[in-house]
Amino acid sequence: MRDWIKVAILLLACFTSIAWFIGQGLNADNYQFFLTLRLPKVLAIVLAAMAISASSLVFQTITNNRILTPSILGFDSLYLLVQVIIVVIFGMASVLVIEAIPNFLLSTAVMIGFSLTLFHFYFKRGSSNIFTLLLIGVVCGSLFNSLTGFLTMLVDPNEFAVIQRAMFASFNNINAELVYWSAIPLILCFAYLFFSARKLDVLWLGQDNATSLGINTQRLTKQMMIVITVMVAIATALVGPVLFFGLITVSLTRELFKRFEHSFLIVTSSLLAVLLLVSGQWFVEKVLTFQTTISVIINLVGGSYFMWLLLRNKIN
Amino acid sequence: MVIKQQIVAASLFFTLALTSLLLGAADVSFRGLFSGDEHAYDIYVISRIPRLIAIVLAGAGLSIAGLVMQQIMQNRFASPSTTGTIDCALLGYIVGLILLQQASQWLYLAVIFGFAVFGTLLFVRFLQQIQFKNVVLVPLIGIMYGNVVSALTTFLAYKHDLVQTMSSWSVANFASVLQGNYEILFLAVPACILAYYYASQFSAASIGHSFAKNIGLDYQKVVFIGVVLIAISTASVVMIVGVIPFLGLIVPNVVSLFMGDNMKKILPWTAYWGVILVLSCDILGRLIIFPYEMPISMIISIFGGVVFIYLVVKDKANA
Repeated sequence: MRDWIKVAILLLACFTSIAWFIGQGLNADNYQFFLTLRLPKVLAIVLAAMAISASSLVFQTITNNRILTPSILGFDSLYLLVQVIIVVIFGMASVLVIEAIPNFLLSTAVMIGFSLTLFHFYFKRGSSNIFTLLLIGVVCGSLFNSLTGFLTMLVDPNEFAVIQRAMFASFNNINAELVYWSAIPLILCFAYLFFSARKLDVLWLGQDNATSLGINTQRLTKQMMIVITVMVAIATALVGPVLFFGLITVSLTRELFKRFEHSFLIVTSSLLAVLLLVSGQWFVEKVLTFQTTISVIINLVGGSYFMWLLLRNKIN
Repeated sequence: MVIKQQIVAASLFFTLALTSLLLGAADVSFRGLFSGDEHAYDIYVISRIPRLIAIVLAGAGLSIAGLVMQQIMQNRFASPSTTGTIDCALLGYIVGLILLQQASQWLYLAVIFGFAVFGTLLFVRFLQQIQFKNVVLVPLIGIMYGNVVSALTTFLAYKHDLVQTMSSWSVANFASVLQGNYEILFLAVPACILAYYYASQFSAASIGHSFAKNIGLDYQKVVFIGVVLIAISTASVVMIVGVIPFLGLIVPNVVSLFMGDNMKKILPWTAYWGVILVLSCDILGRLIIFPYEMPISMIISIFGGVVFIYLVVKDKANA
């Protein structure tokens, strides 16, 4: 099948699923009420899907590896730690827990601040091995995990219910205003990735080749890492931890399209991500009647997919 | 010289062990123990002596597991916590808890052990087929693999509303060790002895597949034995104590920095320093907010994380 036919089908499926999600059961009497709930939700899904898939794709290019996702840098663990600390210090009735916007600002600021500090110290030393940076991020992540574990032990079950809500990504209680505001930085980052697509195409050839073709690989890596960090931090603070989602969409996109151009792959993987998330959310709401959250499904499906990739040895 | 070294080592251990025995919320002394005070006797026999034994067994078992793992994976940064063994063991724990609610402890252990062996073998086989050029990539993918497995664990825990319970088990803490519930840890003793027995074969395997075959070694069998030994230590520690991060990673690395790579020679020292590290971290955890306790996993992950980052950065500087 030609690529453009596949893209057309993907686009069509994407719009159908969104239209179905929004339009289901609407009539002249109730549309105002339903739309105020559904539009922010769909917008949040679309934004999160685009941010996660585009950043995972670029991250794989930077690391020249097909099974990594930026979440291993410890964003999820840090996000959880921030949530737990807020509950432990301020109690569960605090503004930071109940109001979405202060919580969002604080979590995003902490995540971006942490990563930028890490990058700053790392790149200042002039090292170019990105894997060492990742490993340091992972170690910090596991440190955050044990802190979270310790604090979780201290809180009482009522407070833990509040924390558990943050532990799993969910689109069910999205704050509309928050979605509109976070759209601006996400779209800017997305556009920046899109405009750097050609350089990324060259970087995908490997670091040595890219350098000999005139790309300043270290500078590009640094810039891209910062953009990715901002995107992942916002997406995580918006919907919660979604560890494997980027991995699934990028791998599936690469299976579907045997292309290497980033401008093409960024768009198609975003489309695929939107399709998967919207239909996943529909599945959670209608078939499973909210018995579980979407992130549990993502982790289960994504995790099994990852294991399958390992067993099939098709990575690399 | 060697004898002097051993005397210093032994006295360090006995000092720490004595501190560990004397430290605690209950005010009891050795004098009370020997003069027949029943309360003191109970405190020592039921709580403090088992705790000390558990620390020794867990420290030695996990460090040796790390050493064996590094040999069979041919990677300095491999260890039960960076190859998914611990996460698979936790998955086994949850599965055991859900499926066999009133079963005996040994059946639990068997389930945890089975998951740990299977999960580790899966990862080892995967690595054998793909030779990574970058040393740091192996732990990175191993940790990712561990994350996948723990996502499955969380899925099960969420379904049965066990998320909070699970996170409090996985925090390693020796405070809950009491007479009668820690004896499974003694499995570390045969595991360590077997590791010593097979030490030279692990060393041969660490040089590579073809070399091992050339000198007449059944490579796959040695790897399998290694994985089983690792899984025994890891499974028993995870079941009784919880997850002690980085221990199997930093102790063998630091020991081999100072003592070289002769496995037969460094194996006892790896066990020794593992014990010392766990013992001193445990004492520290008991002192910081006395009379309460910080779980050892927190202290060791701060300390171990720093040492690990140092090792990684240093390794790159050499290369």
